[in-house]
Amino acid sequence: MPTSQRHKLMMSLLGWVVAFLVFFPILWMFLTSFKTELDAVSGTPNIFFEPTLENYAAVQERADYFRFAMNSIIISFGSTILALVFAIPAAYAMAFFPSKRTRGTLLWMLSTKMLPPVGVLVPVYLIFRDLQLLDSHLGLVIVFALMNLPIIVWMLFTFFKEVPKDILEAGRMDGASPRQELRFILIPLSVPGIASTGLLSVILAWNEAFWSLNLTTVAAAPLTAFIASFSSPEGLFWAKLSAASTMAIAPILIFGWLSQKQLVRGLTFGAVK
Amino acid sequence: MATLTLRNIKKVYGDVEVIQDLSLDIEDREFVVLVGPSGCGKSTLLRMIAGLEEISGGDLSIDDERVNELPPDRRGLAMVFQSYALYPHMTVADNMAFALRLAGVSREERMAKVGEAAKILHLEPLLDRKPRALSGGQRQRVAIGRAIVREPRVFLFDEPLSNLDAALRVQMRIEIARLHNSLDATMIYVTHDQVEAMTMADKIVVMNAGHIEQVGSPLDLYHHPESLFVAGFIGSPKMNFIEAKIASVGGDGTKVALSDGTKVAVPVSGGGMSSGDAVTLGVRPEDLTAVANDQATGGDLAGRVVVAERLGGETFLYTEVLDGQTLNLKGPGAMTYRVNDAIRLRIDGATCHLFRDDGKALPRLARNPMADLDAEPVAPGAAG
Ligand SMILES: Nc1ncnc2c1ncn2[C@@H]1O[C@H](COP(=O)(O)OP(=O)(O)OP(=O)(O)O)[C@@H](O)[C@H]1O
Ligand SMILES: [Mg+2]
Repeated sequence: MPTSQRHKLMMSLLGWVVAFLVFFPILWMFLTSFKTELDAVSGTPNIFFEPTLENYAAVQERADYFRFAMNSIIISFGSTILALVFAIPAAYAMAFFPSKRTRGTLLWMLSTKMLPPVGVLVPVYLIFRDLQLLDSHLGLVIVFALMNLPIIVWMLFTFFKEVPKDILEAGRMDGASPRQELRFILIPLSVPGIASTGLLSVILAWNEAFWSLNLTTVAAAPLTAFIASFSSPEGLFWAKLSAASTMAIAPILIFGWLSQKQLVRGLTFGAVK
Repeated sequence: MATLTLRNIKKVYGDVEVIQDLSLDIEDREFVVLVGPSGCGKSTLLRMIAGLEEISGGDLSIDDERVNELPPDRRGLAMVFQSYALYPHMTVADNMAFALRLAGVSREERMAKVGEAAKILHLEPLLDRKPRALSGGQRQRVAIGRAIVREPRVFLFDEPLSNLDAALRVQMRIEIARLHNSLDATMIYVTHDQVEAMTMADKIVVMNAGHIEQVGSPLDLYHHPESLFVAGFIGSPKMNFIEAKIASVGGDGTKVALSDGTKVAVPVSGGGMSSGDAVTLGVRPEDLTAVANDQATGGDLAGRVVVAERLGGETFLYTEVLDGQTLNLKGPGAMTYRVNDAIRLRIDGATCHLFRDDGKALPRLARNPMADLDAEPVAPGAAG
């Protein structure tokens, strides 16, 4: 076998192994959700079992999955749109009109991600209480948008950097205002980058648990709160928890699958140009 | 219709002054070419005129109106970028119509104007393509078309042809010159290419390290360079420079002695110079002649051929004379000298230039008639 072909084979083998390792917990959760509680906790892992839907029925009986799912969709997409509205002009300014402090500002923005959120929980909670934002969609949309803003600005900044400055300058010579530059030139040229940034933001917001557990109770509680409510009861709960988790990640998994092409294109944008 | 006036223009980046106190007048419909070594500030100057770069000091006026603070589109200029800078997501037609669309021109009128420009530039079959489906030359034409459609008062070009191959460059050069004639627009053109500068310009501006060295018509700069820098920059291959000392100063010229004692009489005024002062003798490769040994006289330099480049129609010889100084010679294609051949070079003093040690040229006693060829129209019957 020629070495290049063997190399290719090794690489794809390695790829499959890594992919399997990454995917294994999800697969296991998925399988567990179809087991009886007894099977689920049995010491010997087995993949041959009598599948049952009883966990799903139990989960749906105890909590209205669709209301939680709807909340998750509203909050994660809402926060992503809100964050993009602020991040696009910010990244545009930083990418094309950098000042001496642009680099520092970017780093500082990222550094805010290092602060444990619990550090600001009390003030945020009190502010939200006074503004009556507790347990509201708007409240979580704002918090998630702020939470993801640094990463979104960073990602958009790197994507915008890829757009040749000359093209925007040509737009300026043609009489485009900054807003028109964004609308007619920069945004259409950065669709893959903006899409993958948005996708990442949706996923991060979808998975966020800390703020959603602390700032919501019933009305605006998203799927993370839904899962959490299955982890505490007495008795056996592994299979039910798995079912709840599977239901919680299913929408985002399907969404991610559908937008896979955009995501990959966006994440490798700089590399293949 | 546009005249441009630059008065004491400055550009500062941080604490580096990249343009210092630059003043320049550009007449209506003039074709002005900016040349200078890399990093001397040509692009910066052009971008300040365009409004893409803030002007740190001084006044820029177009048609006697100060435009320092006007945004680019209100200055009535169009720019053609070296990278073409076409909008990759728009068709050729949309690229050319973009400015009109922003200005709120109706669709029919836009299409009419784009059609007109496309006809001039032979772009009609390409109007529905995206830029990535065009060749380099076609992209360049679209970029020019985009400028034309706006009917600007002034066209700015920053090395527009440098990404094209040689043949296409010649073709586009001619096309731009033709456009200049038919559009009656003022054009400012940055280039590195000697031929473009010499053939297209009404006026060449030679820049060096952020200031203007000399402004003049191409042949004026060629025949009457005011400094060593301009002399070395205009003309290809580059002018030869030889160390010399003043031998005598007279009313009919200045005589210099080379290191081997050879005397050369140059028709320049030696005012302020005295015998023994160090000067630089400049002689263009095309003004040097190789002479056969049997015709040698005392005034020839003996040397050796180091490199011979034959272009078919002409030959460039790189020779070593006077203890290691190199002299380049441009001669006819039929020269038979080979590497390491002995050679005798004759310097014709009448075509030489002299430069003081501060780099300034000693003024010539008479103007070269070629330098004023285009300056004044020849009156009918004047020849008789
Ligand atoms: N944004 C900037 N910040 C600091 N210095 C700059 C900036 N832009 C340009 N310069 C400096 O200004 C000088 C002039 O640059 P400019 O691009 O005008 O040169 P140029 O004559 O066009 O050169 P070239 O022929 O290579 O295109 C250079 O020394 C460059 O380093
Ligand atoms: Mg330049």
